[in-house]
This record gives sequence, C-alpha cells and structure tokens, in this order.
Amino acid sequence: MIETQDLSKKFEDFLAVDGVGLKIGAGEVLALLGPNGAGKTTTVRMLTSVLLPSRGWARVAGYDTVSQAPQVRASVGVLTEQHGLYGRMNADDYLAFFGRLYNMDKASCRQQVNRLLEDFGLAEARKRRIGEYSKGMRQKLALARALLHNPPVLLLDEPTSAMDPESARLVRDSIRSLRTASRTIIICTHNLAEAEELADQIAIIRRGKIIARGTPTDLKLALLGPAEYEMRSAAHLDGWKLDLPVDFTLTGQGLDWLRYRTGQPGKVNPLVLKVSLDQGIPITSLQEVPRSLEDVYLRAINSTDGLEVSHV
Amino acid sequence: MFERLRPALIVTTREVRDQFRDWRIIFPIVVLTMFFPFLMNFTASQIVAFIQRYGGDMLIGDRLIPFLLMIVGFFPVTVSLVIALESFVGESERRSIEPLLSSPLNDWQLYLGKLLASLVPPLAASYLGVAVYMYGVWRNVGWTPPPTLLIQVIVLTAVQGVVMVSGAVIISTQTTSVRAANLLASFIIVPMALLIQGESVLMFWGRYSLLWWVIVGQIVLAVLLVRTGIAHFNREELLGRELDVLNVRWALTIFWRAFVGEAHSLGGWLFGEIGRTLRRMAIPIVLMTLLLGVGIWIGIEQAKIYTLPPGLLNLDKLKDADPALLSGLEAFGFYSVSGVTYIWLHNLRAVALATLLGIFSFGVAGVLILIAPLTLMGFLSQVSAGAGFSPFVFLLAFLSPHGLLELPAIILSGAAIFRLGATLVTPAPGQTIGEAFLKALADWAKIMIAVVIPLFLGAAILEVFVTPHLALRILGSF
Repeated sequence: MIETQDLSKKFEDFLAVDGVGLKIGAGEVLALLGPNGAGKTTTVRMLTSVLLPSRGWARVAGYDTVSQAPQVRASVGVLTEQHGLYGRMNADDYLAFFGRLYNMDKASCRQQVNRLLEDFGLAEARKRRIGEYSKGMRQKLALARALLHNPPVLLLDEPTSAMDPESARLVRDSIRSLRTASRTIIICTHNLAEAEELADQIAIIRRGKIIARGTPTDLKLALLGPAEYEMRSAAHLDGWKLDLPVDFTLTGQGLDWLRYRTGQPGKVNPLVLKVSLDQGIPITSLQEVPRSLEDVYLRAINSTDGLEVSHV
Repeated sequence: MFERLRPALIVTTREVRDQFRDWRIIFPIVVLTMFFPFLMNFTASQIVAFIQRYGGDMLIGDRLIPFLLMIVGFFPVTVSLVIALESFVGESERRSIEPLLSSPLNDWQLYLGKLLASLVPPLAASYLGVAVYMYGVWRNVGWTPPPTLLIQVIVLTAVQGVVMVSGAVIISTQTTSVRAANLLASFIIVPMALLIQGESVLMFWGRYSLLWWVIVGQIVLAVLLVRTGIAHFNREELLGRELDVLNVRWALTIFWRAFVGEAHSLGGWLFGEIGRTLRRMAIPIVLMTLLLGVGIWIGIEQAKIYTLPPGLLNLDKLKDADPALLSGLEAFGFYSVSGVTYIWLHNLRAVALATLLGIFSFGVAGVLILIAPLTLMGFLSQVSAGAGFSPFVFLLAFLSPHGLLELPAIILSGAAIFRLGATLVTPAPGQTIGEAFLKALADWAKIMIAVVIPLFLGAAILEVFVTPHLALRILGSF
C-alpha cells in the first residue's frame, strides 16, 4: 500500500529526507519516530504528493506520488500536525466542504459526517463555531476530516496530542479498528507508548535517514541486545549459584531474585527452571524484564556510530 | 469543463461565506459601497452648484463627475488586495491551507477558487457603489454616463481588481506571514497608485478613448501576473519554505554565481560572460530598440499636434556657425572635465532612477524614463522641420557622435531594467521568484559595469568636447 525507495528531499542546500525506503502493507501500522526536524513531516508530505521528491520514488495505494498525484491525494487521509481548521465555520459545514472537495455525493457525505461526529463525541457541538472548540475537540474534528472520504491510507501526525486520556483512548481504539479494516496507517508521534501499542512496525528517523526499522520486539533485540529475564523465588537465593553451559549471562542477583540475559529464551528458560527445581528452589515467577520503546528510541537517536537497522 | 471548475467554485463559495462572517472585511466594503458614493455624490453636487452660482467653467464639473465615477468604482475593489493577502498568505500562516493541499484539488483550481473569492465581493461592492453614485448624480444634477464610459469604468474596475489580486498571489508565494506580505504589497500599491494618477490625468483631460489603452495594458499585465501566479502558486513553493528568513548568504551566493557566470578570469568575464548575458537579453534589447523608435515617432507626432513657433529654437544662429556660440557653451560646462563628470553622473542617476521605478512597475516606468529624452528629440526634430531644417539632419547634428555610444547605452540599460522588472511577472520554472530576480539583478549589474557605465562615460566625453563642434558644422553646411 505504501512503498518508497531512496525517497529524498532537498531544500536549497539542506537535505531534509535522505534515501528513505519503506514498505507497509494493507492492515499495517507504522510509527515514524524521530526528534523535531528529523524529516517526518517532509516524508509525509511527499507521501501525500504535496512535495515532490528530489530523488527516489514512492507509491501510495498503488499510485505514483509524482505522476498520479491527484489519485494519491484522493486515496490518502491526512491529519496534519497543525489542524488548520476554519474557526468561523461549524463542524457540519466544515466536513461537508471537504466532502465536496473529495467529490463525495451529498447523501453518503451526510451519513459519514453523522457517523464520525457521533463516534468522536462531537455530535452535540456540530453547530458550534470551531473557534470555540477545545484543543481536543479540534483534534478529533481534524481526524474526522482525515477519515471522511474513507481513504485506504492514513497519515496521522500526532493523532492524540492535546487530548485528554479518555479522548486519546477513543482515538487509539479508532485507529485499531481502522487497521482491522485493512487500511495502511503511518503515525508520526512522540508518544512512544502509543507507538508501541498501535504499531506493527517502528521506524526511527534521524537527520532525514531511517536509522532503525522493525517490529518493537525486533528493535529491542537489535538495539538493546538479548532480553533480560528475572526469576523470583520464595526462598533465599543467597549464595546459590546458577551456571549454565549455554547462552546464559547472569546480570544480577538479590536476596530472592536473579536476573540473566539470553538470546535463546526458548532453550535457556526451560533449562533454568529445570535446574532450579532440581535443586529445590521454590520458584514463584519467571518473566522477561520489561524494556520500553523509549530505551530503544534513545539508544538509536543518541548513537554516534553509523547505526542502521532495517528489517531486523 | 464545469466539472474541472467545480472544485474551484467550492473553494470560492466557502471563502466568500467566510468573508461575510468577518466584520473586518464587511465593514469597509459596506462603508465604501454605501457611504462613499453618497459622499462623492455630495461633492459632485456641491461643485456643480458652486460653478453654476459663480459662473465658473462647467468643464470642471463635466470632468469631475466621470472622474468620481471611476474613483467610486476603484475604492471598494482595493479591498480585494487585503482579502487576497489574507486568503493566500493568511491560510498559509494559519496552516489551514495544508488540508486543502492534501486534497485532490489541482494547484490551478485552488488558485482560481481563491482568486474569485478575493475578487467577487469587492467587485460586487464596487458595482453597487457605482450604481448608487450614478443614481445620486442623476437625481441631483441629471447626469448619466455615456454608455462607452460606463463600460470603460466597469471593465477598468474589474481589471484593476484582477491585477491587484494576481499580484498579491505572487507576493504570497514569496512569504509565509501576512505581516511580511503587507510589507511586500508596496510592489502592488505603488504601481497602482501611479496608474490611478495616470488614469485621473486622462479623465480630467477628457481623453476617454485613451482609457482603452490603459485597459488593454492592464489586461496584458493581469494575464502575465496570473500566468506567473499559477506557475508559482504550487504546493512545492507554498510548503517548501518555513520562515521568512532573510538569508543574506544564500542571496549573495546566488547573485555572485550569476554575476561571475562561467568565467574563470576577468578577460573571460569581459569577453565571454558579457556576450552570453547580452545573448540572453536579446529579446529585451530588440524590444527596447523598437520602443526607442516608437518614442521618437510619438515625439514627432506630438509636435504636429502641439506646434511651437519655428523661431523658438533659434536655429538660424546655428546655421551661421557663430563661433561665439561655442565660447558661450563653456559657461554651461562644455569643453571641461567637470562637464563630462556632470553629464556622466546625470545619465547614471537617470538609469538608477529608472531601475528603481522599473522594479516597482514591472519594467514599464523604467523604460519610459529612458525613452522620454528620445521622444523630446523627436519632438524638437519636428519643430526644426518647421524652421526649414531636415529632421534627419537635426537628429544627426545633436545626437552624433555621442549618440553612437549613448543610444546603445540607453538600449542596453533599458533592456536590463525591463528584464529585471519583468522577472516579477515571468514564470521561472524550477526556481523561486526571488532566485530569478537575483539572477536578473546580476545580469543588470554585469551590463551596467561592463558596458553601460563605460559607454555613458565615452558619450559624455564626446558630448562635451566633440558634439557642439560637429553640430555647428553639420547645421552650418545645410
């Protein structure tokens, strides 16, 4: 649904996006992470045929972003970083205006507007001037605008910023349901927990280049090393030594716990359990030590070496 | 066709509705539509009454009433400039243009939609104002405009609106804030002010037929501006810039690269780059040469209409080759270095002024300034014909030999100024208007430094030391 190769954009002497290669299928969500000015918005603008690439190409919903720009724009729903709403209009008129621009017929537009306003809890405020809306309401209205024409591809820049937790949950649920409806979605966000929750793939962009890409699990493995596991016991482990002749590194030990790292959890974890039980250790739990996407992100962004992890 | 226009009209409808929700736009339109025509009406009635009471020349009233008709039409349409800047730049600044750019709208559809939205309400207000004014004048003094004049005012008002709005679009592509756009709007306001003054002169002069030329000129300008606007009002230029930062280093780099061109040495620059620049300016050079010819012809024709007494030029004295004349010229700085410096600097000042005005008038005013002396020469040559001189001999005597250097200098500087001014109304594919302007400025500087300034110096030397002798000799021999 979205495929790019060597996608690059140069403004005068500044290379904003440098050789981005992506492949996202229908029903997949990619979270594009990166610091401000990393090239996320420029990438999205190229994918919506708003900016022309200086180098490389992109196909969105089967259309080339340069030679079939109107078709691309008709197939994409965009939530821009700044919502760009018209403060003197009301939500009804605003969405109807975009419905006409997307060539929707009156009846289906009306039906879609009613549904979206209902879904996003804006139905009661539909006749109020948008200028009077709260930040969260504006965000929801902008998202409704992006979804209005039922696009197969969605490009969402900070979809839940400025929202209260309840609204943010509502929007996240909407995104999840859109994914199941076989849409291709790119989310640009600084909310790493949200990215981890929603995205099938994560791409980290720095200075215009994608420096890491893969599933959250794969990225953790690639950037933070093998997973760490923690075993807890009902008895004291003081003085007890666990030494296995396989891929096993003890990383810490306390009164009733120990932590180890292994790249082969399928093989090592059963062995740890077996040895412990054989030696009469009353194990209460064995679980992976949670590692956040934030650790992955910071590691990737702050790495000074030529880090590049793709399709890990 | 309507299907292709439909998205543009959707944008127009939304924006017009939005304007009618904004009191800052409605208030001046209502005042200029309703109150201003009444004021003008009152003024016209008072002046006519005053003239009738004191037995003045009714011509003043006859000219004032049509002039006010034009003004009543023009004032409300000026609001279109403000609306256009708000519509094009304001939307960019508030980022509300981004959802529009992400929609299937073509660039030209968005352009047309906004152009119409900026134009329609002020134009409707203008016509309403004209109707109110005409009704009032008819009620008070029984005056109704001749149909041709009414058509001229209607067309003129519409064309002026299109020129202002299409000019505003070009400005909008060069800036991302309404504040900066308002500052740059002087590039529209100054030429429009000059134009209105010119139109006012024609109205008071009573030469209404000349208004058609003004209309045609503005239609050409509007077409050029719309063409340039469509070329530059695109997604790439609108979102390709983030801030109105004055990037002096970038500007200097662009200018210097264009100034140096492909040359690697001073010789290469003088004998290679200047030639390439002149070739690039071939069309403006041809145009300027033709315009000079037209200027002389206009001078000759005007001399036939506005005849001067043949004795005024006192050419008989010249015919006698009176040596006392030559010594008398010394008092005016002839035959001295200071005279050379004076004439040289005078010409350079004229070119500098022409350049400045040329930038603000798409090259037109700059070119007119340079043509004016030739028109005067044409006029005087025709006057000399009345004194029994051949106009050709007159021109030969007073233009040669310094004219051999001065005329090419005028043609080249005029061509460079014309090109510089015309950059603002010429699409520059693959580059911004600022970039194209800097390159044209570099070409102007090259031509000035390498050709025009030396030519004017040579011409000044000849004019001071050689021309008087030659003029006397030529005129004396006929």
